[in-house]
Order: sequence, then structure tokens, then C-alpha cells
Amino acid sequence: MPGMSDAVVVEGLVKRFGDFTALRGVDLTVAQGTVLGLLGPNGAGKTTVVRILSTLLRADGGRAEITGLDVATQADQVRAVIGLTGQYAAVDEYLTGEENLEMVGRLYRLGKKESRARAGQLLERFDLTDAARRPAKTYSGGMRRRLDIAASLIARPQVLFLDEPTTGLDPRSRLGMWEFIADLVSDGTTILLTTQYLEEADRLADRMVVIDRGAVIARGTADELKAQVGGERIELTVGSGEGLARAAELLRPLAVDEPQRDEQTRRLTVPVTGGAATLAQALQLLEGSGVELLDVGLRRPDLDDVFLTLTGHSADAAVDATAGTTADAEPAESTR
Amino acid sequence: MSALSHTLSDSLVITRRNLIKVKRVPDLIVFATLSPIMFVLLFRYVFGGAINLPDGITYAEFLLPGIFAQTVVFGSTTTGASIAEDLQKGLIDRFRSLPMSRSAVLIGRTVADLGLNAISILVMALTGLLVGWRINSSVPEAIGGFLILLVFAFAVSWMMALVGLLVRTPEVVNNASFIVIFPLTFVANTFVPLESFPSVLRTFAEWNPVSTVVQAARDLFGNQPDSVPVADAWSLQNPVLYTAIWAVAILAVFVPLAVRAYLRTATR
Ligand SMILES: Nc1ncnc2c1ncn2[C@@H]1O[C@H](COP(=O)(O)OP(=O)(O)OP(=O)(O)O)[C@@H](O)[C@H]1O
Ligand SMILES: [Mg+2]
Repeated sequence: MPGMSDAVVVEGLVKRFGDFTALRGVDLTVAQGTVLGLLGPNGAGKTTVVRILSTLLRADGGRAEITGLDVATQADQVRAVIGLTGQYAAVDEYLTGEENLEMVGRLYRLGKKESRARAGQLLERFDLTDAARRPAKTYSGGMRRRLDIAASLIARPQVLFLDEPTTGLDPRSRLGMWEFIADLVSDGTTILLTTQYLEEADRLADRMVVIDRGAVIARGTADELKAQVGGERIELTVGSGEGLARAAELLRPLAVDEPQRDEQTRRLTVPVTGGAATLAQALQLLEGSGVELLDVGLRRPDLDDVFLTLTGHSADAAVDATAGTTADAEPAESTR
Repeated sequence: MSALSHTLSDSLVITRRNLIKVKRVPDLIVFATLSPIMFVLLFRYVFGGAINLPDGITYAEFLLPGIFAQTVVFGSTTTGASIAEDLQKGLIDRFRSLPMSRSAVLIGRTVADLGLNAISILVMALTGLLVGWRINSSVPEAIGGFLILLVFAFAVSWMMALVGLLVRTPEVVNNASFIVIFPLTFVANTFVPLESFPSVLRTFAEWNPVSTVVQAARDLFGNQPDSVPVADAWSLQNPVLYTAIWAVAILAVFVPLAVRAYLRTATR
């Protein structure tokens, strides 16, 4: 049940594009002042959710409220409290960075002086002061992205939608963006963030919702999701095919579940409990067995495993697909 | 602030934004004015001798109002292409997510394009004066001549705004609008007198609002000597009124349609 302190409440959201149903009843809430990570493979419907919440699209069913305002019937009031950074940077390339921000400030009705002051602050915050007076046409992809995010922040929105905010940023800029998002949250901003990077969700999001083919398939904190896909395991890579079989046999006493063998990469995964002590035991068992060990380690599940287990395809594949030229993947691509 | 003053101030912000682009990409204005200059010179000196006009009127005087009209109508097609470009680049999404007036993006666009059209008329008028065009009427009438051209072009801009929102690809908007605008500006009294048209086309041309804008401008600039009769059609006998009716009708239909399309449009 949605509580009083939920800044975003979404219930039974349905969206169709012609015969194709992009959202089939999505429910989610974002508590005031927290970050919700919306995860899912290409074509899952993440952008569609964001576009409905930011009043750009109308849902065909269900309802959504932002700070208690209905996105369908109180769209104007909703727009006054939200900031949107879409999946693709929406900056006017002919205007300078400064002009872009001031224009958006004016359209949020901040007034001339306030718009200018906010633009100055944000340009500085996003490392764009040197480029402030240059047309955005001359900006690199990362600079445009930062300018775009700055524009969505100009009026200090209560609720911020970030659709893949760090796609296309270099590692340093990405770290900077993460710090910045953390600052925003500590100032009380509520954020709904979609991402392809599970590390990003792990790091920034208080809670996560995983969607696939328009439906929620899992939700919870990162730990809760990781717990869903099981516990720790020993992973080892060996030098030969016989070694693989031999190692599997030797380690069977430690396994709490069926070990998994991958002949091609000659990798063995043994589900275990007991942490480092078990790993030491495993090494003992293998010693003098003649198995050539190339790599061995103890792994806890990360969100990649969660993603793989839940959606039946890896997050890396999803990321690779976005790197290509076709950004809007067909549903078939994401279901295989 | 009231809704109206919001709309005005938002529209101003958008108009300014659109004019900054003109400042940053001066080629836009250079080409917007070079091609009419070229037209003036081409028609005046290349075709001018081949076109039969009744006595009492020079081709320069006959031609310039036609060139004015053709240029501003073509100028208005940029409204559609620019809006399609904004749509493609996601700017319309950005604007639609802001608490701004619903019509400001379109008003700002059409008003900026009106400004561009005013500049190209000015350049053409100066060029015209150099090649023998003259205003033979009073100042208020001449102002009326420029106004009717601009008002008609403004109405066409709104038509093109709707096309831009529906078609969404700048190049396609251009090609699509040329298919309509070329016949409209050529099957008219723009460059040649109506007497030279075959009869079916002639009826079309007589009631074509482009013809009546041109006729209105000729009348108001004093480029239609009394000794040269105008066709009997009511439209050409009352060109100012007839053109004004068209402009108002276009605006009454296309402003609401374009605003509605804007509200429903989303990138992709
Ligand atoms: N305007 C539209 N018309 C038709 N289909 C659409 C439209 N917008 C989205 N879709 C389809 O809806 C599905 C969900 O799209 P959406 O953009 O929300 O996915 P996403 O989760 O954001 O994917 P990505 O990770 O690639 O950004 C996709 O299959 C997409 O092709
Ligand atoms: Mg997306």
C-alpha cells in the first residue's frame, strides 16, 4: 500500500503502442528522498515508464501520482515539481551552455536573475564553466549529457527522473555524476533512475525494481535481490578438460548444490557455504591432484547474476545492444 | 501572472532562442535573402523581356510583389522543418516536460519566422528599388502592402507547423511542402499575367490566395496602373478582403490543430 511519504506512486500502469503492449500493469513506489533504480534489458519498458511519469505519454491503464498529483489530470502541476533527463540529451546545439540553462530556467518561471544565478552554479558543479559561452554544438557527448542533466535540475525539482544518466560518460565523469546524485539525495530530492549498469544501481539505489517485457519481475534492495539468486560459490578455471572433471569430483564434498561445469571455458562453479575457510579446504583437496589451476576464487552473487537469473539473459548483452546504433530494440531481441 | 502573460513571456523566451540560432548560423539568413535577390535579378533580366505586359506597367513593378509573396510563402515552410528538427533532437520532449505555456513553442517559432520573413522582404525591396521597382502609393498603403504579405505568411507558418509535427523529418517536410507550395506560387499571377493561362488553370489561379496576396500588394504599392484592368473574379477585385479571410480561416483552423498535435506529439 502506498504510504503518505511516497513521492511517486504507480499502480497498474498499462501502455500499448498499436498491437504491442509495452507495459502490462507496472506497480511501483518511490519513498520521499530515496532513489529507486529501474532495471531491465533493452525494450523492457523503462523509458516508457519514465515518459508516462514525466507527462510526455499518456498511459492506457492504471494511474500514477507524483507528490500526490495525478500525471494525467494534473499534468501542469506535475511538470512544476519534476525534472526530466531523457535517454538522449535534449540540448539546443545552437545555444551556448549558459543560454540553454537560462532558457530552461525562464520556462520554469524562475525569473531572469534567479535563472542566471542557477545556471552559473550548475555550470560550475558540472565542470562546464570553461565551455559555458560556447554553442553546445561544440560539446562532446559527455558534456552534452551533463548539460542536459543540469537543465533538468535548474528549478530544484522535488522529483527527478534520470533515464540512463551515465550512458556514454567516461569513468571519471560517471564517478562525478554518482557523487552528484548522492548529494541531491542528501538534499531531499526523490530520484527515479533507469540504468543498464548494475554497479550504478547497486551504488545509488535504495531499492530496485526489475522489469522485463513490460512487467515487474523482481523488487527489493540490492541484498534482497542477491539473496534471491542464491549464496556464495567457488569458481575455478583449469587447464584441461580432464582437469575439469577431476576437480568437480574432488570438490563434490564441499558443494551444497550441483556444481556447474562449462567445458568451453573450462570453468567450474561450486555452490558452497563457509566463506574463506571453505576456499582453503578446496585448495587443500586440489593440491597434488595434478589438476592445473589457472584461476580460483570465492564469489558472492552480484547484480549481474541477479539480472541473468531473473531475465534469462545477461546484462552485458543488454549493454552491448545499447552501444549499437539501433537504440530501440525490438521486443523479440530482448526475449530470445 | 495570468495565463496570457505566461504565454507571452514563454513565447518571447522561445522566439529569442530561435533568433539566436539565426545569429549563430548566419548562412541561414544569407541564403534566405540571396535566393530572393537572385529571383529578382533572374526574372527581371532573363525572363522579363519575354513576358508580354499591357502598356503602362514595367516588368519590375509587376514582378516585385510576386517575388515578395513567393519568397515569404517559401520562407514559411522553414517553420515546419525547424519544428521537425526540434522534435528529432528531443527538444520538444524537453519543452513538454516543463511547466510552460502549451502554445509558446509554436508561437515562438512562427513569430521568429515572421521576423525572418520581414528581413527578407526588406532585402528584396531594396534590391527591387535598384532594378526599377517603385512604390507609387501613400505610406499607409505601402505599409498595408507589407503587412498583408506578412500576415498571410504567418498563417502559412501555422499550417507548416502542423505539417512539421506530423511528418517529423525535416527533409521530408521540405519536400512535401514544395510539392504544394510550388504549384500554389506558380499557378498564380506571381510572374506572368493571368491572361496567359489556359482557362481551367486560370480559374484556379484567380481564386488562389497567393494570386490575391500578390494582387493586394500590387494594389497597395501602386504597381497596378488604373489603365490596366484586373480580372473580373471577386477575389481579385477585393484582394485585401479575400486574402484576409483566407489568413483568418487558416489561423482559425491550424492554430488549434497544431497546438493539439504539439500536446500529443512525442519523439519516436
Ligand atoms: N512510440 C512507440 N511506438 C511503438 N513502440 C514503442 C514506442 N515506444 C516504445 N516502444 C516499444 O516499447 C518497448 C519498450 O520501450 P522502452 O523504450 O520503454 O524500453 P527501455 O526499457 O527503455 O529500453 P532501452 O534499454 O533500450 O532504453 C520496446 O519494445 C519499444 O520498441
Ligand atoms: Mg530506454
